[in-house]
Amino acid sequence: MKSSSWRLPLVILGVLLLAWQGGVVGLQVPDYLLPGPLEIAGLIPARAADLASAALVTGGEALGGFLLSGLVGVAVGLFFSVSPLIRRSFYPYVVLLQTIPIIAISPLILLWLGNGSLSVLFISFLISVPAVIVNTTQGLISVERNLLNLFRLGNATVAATLFKLRLPHALPHVFVGLRIAAGASVVGALVGETFAGSSALGAGGLGYSSIYALSQLNTPYLFALILTSSLLGFVFFAVVTLLERRLVGPWHDSVLNDRVD
Amino acid sequence: MLETTAALGVPPFLTIANLCKEYPGSAPVIRDFSLSASTGEFVTLLGASGCGKSTLLALIAGLTPMSGGSILIDGRTPVQARQIMSFVFQDPTLLPWRTVTENVELMLELEGSPRASRAARSAAVLEFVGLGGVGTHYPRQLSGGMKMRVSIARALATTPRLLLMDEPFGALDEMTRNRLNEELLALRERQGWTTLFVTHSITEAVFLSDRIVLMGARPGRVLEEIRVPLPKRRSAALRSDPDFLHLVGQVSRALAEQGS
Repeated sequence: MKSSSWRLPLVILGVLLLAWQGGVVGLQVPDYLLPGPLEIAGLIPARAADLASAALVTGGEALGGFLLSGLVGVAVGLFFSVSPLIRRSFYPYVVLLQTIPIIAISPLILLWLGNGSLSVLFISFLISVPAVIVNTTQGLISVERNLLNLFRLGNATVAATLFKLRLPHALPHVFVGLRIAAGASVVGALVGETFAGSSALGAGGLGYSSIYALSQLNTPYLFALILTSSLLGFVFFAVVTLLERRLVGPWHDSVLNDRVD
Repeated sequence: MLETTAALGVPPFLTIANLCKEYPGSAPVIRDFSLSASTGEFVTLLGASGCGKSTLLALIAGLTPMSGGSILIDGRTPVQARQIMSFVFQDPTLLPWRTVTENVELMLELEGSPRASRAARSAAVLEFVGLGGVGTHYPRQLSGGMKMRVSIARALATTPRLLLMDEPFGALDEMTRNRLNEELLALRERQGWTTLFVTHSITEAVFLSDRIVLMGARPGRVLEEIRVPLPKRRSAALRSDPDFLHLVGQVSRALAEQGS
């Protein structure tokens, strides 16, 4: 990334923060309504340990949900790629899963799995899995006909066709799904915690802490939690993107432009 | 050579007899198609799009079942003969996640040939098609013409005795196409496989072939066979030769007459 592409957004950020701080001080806005950026920044070192432990709880739940959706999503994609009949029979349910607001069914999940991290993990999983299923399936079935013919001409086994053709071809599509799932799993964990978070399990995650901070009208800490949540989401996204560059980059990404003629 | 093998009663390398292909509920795609080719012969199927040329190649490769008739390749059925044939598609059909070398080795790998012999073979074949230096590149780094050469190298890697080519140069610009035509003939001179080549370019057909089979559409069938009495060894200069131009004229007239 070129440094010049960072400069302008940073200037704008600085201007916005200045205006915010100036506005809060000038208009004497009370803290519980809108704290200034300086106050939020000042709070962060003091509560760094709390923020870190909350991020660890939420991060763990989101990671669990993400890994589970990766595993289940790819497995279901493989199952769906077997035949159009299977796809026609089951696909509507994936769409249904995508369209049902997970918040609407979270009380049920609480009822079945109880309060705590397991429910949160499951909500995170439910929110992130459809993207992996849909993209993996698409990748597995969109192999060019002539490439399949080529493998038939080579008398390739089903396993060889899967491992040497279908799966590598699907990999960029799988990563599209995983990137969506990475963001969604963090959102899922945060949403899940607002329902299923419990102080009985310690300090609770970022979502739970937010609800608690709100009830205490501790708005500066609420802002610190929002910042931490954003950072967590960014880390998830960045890790998946890096992994994608490593695995798919050399042959698929537009990173490479040198042609030999 | 054709006359000699016939006189000795040796069956031709490829025999297609009364071949039919139809899909239920629609007009036949190919009807009563017969053709034979002797070892080392270059036969081109020429015709308008939709005349079943590509279907014919798919039938010979056993990629689609026939509805009637028979195809024998060196005494074997299409599926049995897969070990001795290679297919070159219109698209290079390379695997983008594999390097050029790994692409060339694909069919050998599927055959289960050992790593060392694969490496030796792919190096030799890449050298053979003039791509000695690009083995470690990915397909996306290559031009269209080079991708096609890789595709041909992959086809030649298994030392085929029958080469099926389905408009392999159709998507290339004319200059690249001409150059690859010349290269293909030079390669054949050294290895001598039998070729069945599909195209709708008349000049390409005349330049490459020993024999041109004009095909008619709906249903696909043989309209006329035209022998190309040009010398075996052909170079770019042939394209401006009066004999060549005369043949091109003859083939276009035959196509026009049959089409009307």
